[in-house]
This record gives sequence, C-alpha cells and structure tokens, in this order.
Amino acid sequence: MDFLANANWLYMYMPIAGVKIFWPGLVLIGFSVGVIGGFFGMGGAWMVTPGLNILGFPMAFAIGTDIAHIAGKSMISTMRHSKFGNVDYKLGFIMLVGTMVGIELGAQLIMMLERIGKVGSVVRWVYVGFLALIALMVFYDYYKAVQKKKSGEAEGDRGAEGITWYKALHRLNIPPMVHFKTAGFTCSAWLPIMVSFLTGVLAGFLGIGGGLLRMPALVYLIGCPTHIAVGTDLFEVMISGLYGAFTYTLKGRIELVAVFVMLTGAAIGAQIGTVATKYSKGYGIRVAFGFAVLGCMVSIILKQYGFTNSATVLILGTISVICIYIMKIMFQGAAQELREKRRTEMLGS
Amino acid sequence: MKNVITKLLALVTMACLMVPEVLWAAGGGGDAPIVVVADTRIVHGILHYFSNLYNTNLLLFAIWAVVLTAAYGGFLGLIMDKLMGLTGLDLKSRKIVEH
Repeated sequence: MDFLANANWLYMYMPIAGVKIFWPGLVLIGFSVGVIGGFFGMGGAWMVTPGLNILGFPMAFAIGTDIAHIAGKSMISTMRHSKFGNVDYKLGFIMLVGTMVGIELGAQLIMMLERIGKVGSVVRWVYVGFLALIALMVFYDYYKAVQKKKSGEAEGDRGAEGITWYKALHRLNIPPMVHFKTAGFTCSAWLPIMVSFLTGVLAGFLGIGGGLLRMPALVYLIGCPTHIAVGTDLFEVMISGLYGAFTYTLKGRIELVAVFVMLTGAAIGAQIGTVATKYSKGYGIRVAFGFAVLGCMVSIILKQYGFTNSATVLILGTISVICIYIMKIMFQGAAQELREKRRTEMLGS
Repeated sequence: MKNVITKLLALVTMACLMVPEVLWAAGGGGDAPIVVVADTRIVHGILHYFSNLYNTNLLLFAIWAVVLTAAYGGFLGLIMDKLMGLTGLDLKSRKIVEH
C-alpha cells in the first residue's frame, strides 16, 4: 500500500470535488458497471455510488457523477444492443414520456415527505420491499418455467415461460393500439405509458435511475423478450441519464473528469456485457438479475442497521462475482463461436 | 404525410411535457444550497477553462457536461464497435431463446 500511496501518478485531482482520486479505481468501477449494466440493461447507480464513496467522493458528487457516467455508458451499450436488434425504439420513446413524468412526481413526493418530516427510513424500507418483490418474482418465474418444461407443457414461441401476466394486460383494448415490431407484440399504448409512469414514480421516490425496476416491468408486465427488455431499457436509461446529468449539473454536483475516466473503463465493459447476452438464454439473464437484486436488497438492510462497511463489502463482492460470471459467459461463448466458424471455414475449403 | 405529422405531434407533446419537468427539477425555493467553488489555482489548460466555467456560468457548464458526455459516449461506442468487429464475432444477430 506504501507503494500505491507514494505513486502520485495513480492519483488524479478532481477540480470541482476538490479531492484526489485513485483513477484506476474509477476505471475499474466503470468497467464492472459497464459489464453488468450491458448484461442486465440497467444503469447501476446502486453499484457505482458506494464505489465512488469508498474512493473518496463526497456523496452528493458520487450521485451526480454516477448519473452522468451512466448516460454515457448506456449510450455505448445501446449502440451495441441496437446492432443485435435488441432495442425497440418505438417502445422506448413511448415509455420515456411516462418515465420522465413519473420520476419528477416521485421526486416531488419525496420533497413533500421531507417537509413533513416523514422521509427517514421510509424510503429505504420501500426500496427493500420492492427489491424483495422483484427477486421473489424472478425466482418464482424461473421455478414455474422449469416445472412447465419438465411436465412437457406446450411451449409458446419463446419457450416455456413462468409468469405471463403480460398476456392478460395485452388483452386490454384501450386505443390507441400500437404494434411494436422489434418486441413482437401489439398492445394499448397506455400499457407501456402507465407501467413506465409507475416505475418512474418509484424511481424518483427512491432516488434511483429505475433500470432495476423497469427491466422486470418490461419483461413481466409489458411482455418484452428478455434480450429486448435489456436493450430497450438501456435506451431509456441513456435518455433519462442525460436528463439527470443536466439537472444534477445545474445543482453543481458533478465531477466531469471522473465521468470521462469511468466512461473509458465502461466502454470496454459495456461491450463484454452486451455481447454476453448473445450467449445467454433469457432465463439465465433473469436469474442472474435476481441474485443482483438480492445482493442490493441485503446491502440496503445492512446499511439501515448501521453496518455500512459490511454493506459496502457485500455490494462490491456481489458486483465482482456477477462481473466475473458475465465475463466467463462472454469469453466462453465467443471462443465457441470462433471455433465453429473456423471449423465451418475449414470444411468449406 | 400523415405519418410525418403524427411523429411531429408526438415530438411536440414530448417537448411540452419535458419543459416543465426541467424547470421543476432545477429546483427553487427551500433552504439555500451549499455553494461549491472549483479551485482554479492548481489546474491548467482545458481543466482550468471548465473549472472556471463551473464557477461563473453553471448553465453553460451543464450544457457542456451533457454534450461532452453524449459525444464521448458516442465516440467510444464507435471505436469499440470497430474493435469488436475485428474479433470476427457475428455482432449483428442473436437467437432469442428464453428457456
């Protein structure tokens, strides 16, 4: 550690936050969040903020810097997902309106609660409640899908599925009915607007970007195939991230130098995470997402009871394990694809 | 023509919804916030320019922040796209298999 402490070149001065930061740590955070965000289709604020705080960023700067970096990183991931055909832009734009209005309403609700002195731990427990619900939903869905597959129940065009609430919601016939070509279904435009509005309110209320809530909402309530939910959600995160970056910068709580350093790491990570989705089945992504949500939930509970260090260790540990898992999927899948390609070329010649 | 008008109307509606949101989000009222001042004495070149801009014109700094973040993100996306293309992997198709 003395070697690191004396190596001034490893520390970069942040002119606005007024602190010296270990920049390889910033690159590493950007890289791992890029991997995870590109794979699950979310920004990853719940991972970045504690990481930046550990590196020495004051909390207010950690949040604002994180949001700006998420916007840039999501742009990189969206570009890659778009090439795979994983982004339904029509769906993304329709949901954007609901998301933005919802986030602002949620933020106003928080300020109202703050004024009457009722914020306290309410927000954290609401967050924990929703994360528990999402984790339960994801694992129950997987359990049901496995049972259906084992019993040989007739599969749809997506294979055996567990939770299919979206099928009932698609039958709501409230005009205008819109066909989403990339996602492959037709439904009332009010469905994605209302779902995105509700997830937006929750996100604004909880002070998060919303990807963690919106991705499962896209899958279970709107009926997107998992890969398209990932790509479309990243498109939304990109737009709402740019908007969040603007509003946080107006409040003076962003460190642009750190954003650029993290983006450099995220550029590589996002490619790995996004390409890994190609080699992963939808349920593989869902189950890994469930574990990420569990890790996040437990760390918030630990923080709530004052075990801040343990919460941070848990979050960073969860990020590392999931990141390594996703990288393994990507490198193994890519190696397999290249081997098959070479075999085909040899047979052809 | 009808398609173009529909899309234009959608964009205008979105803009009408976003303008009050930006004003709402910019805050206003309540306690005076803590003012952060960037230390421009020890930075040079472009960092000095942006630190000074942060101190003197936060709105322009915010616009630059968004534009530069989007531009750098787009630039890195293009570069990484080219580099990934050199790996020989098929990056244009994937099978959607849920289970």
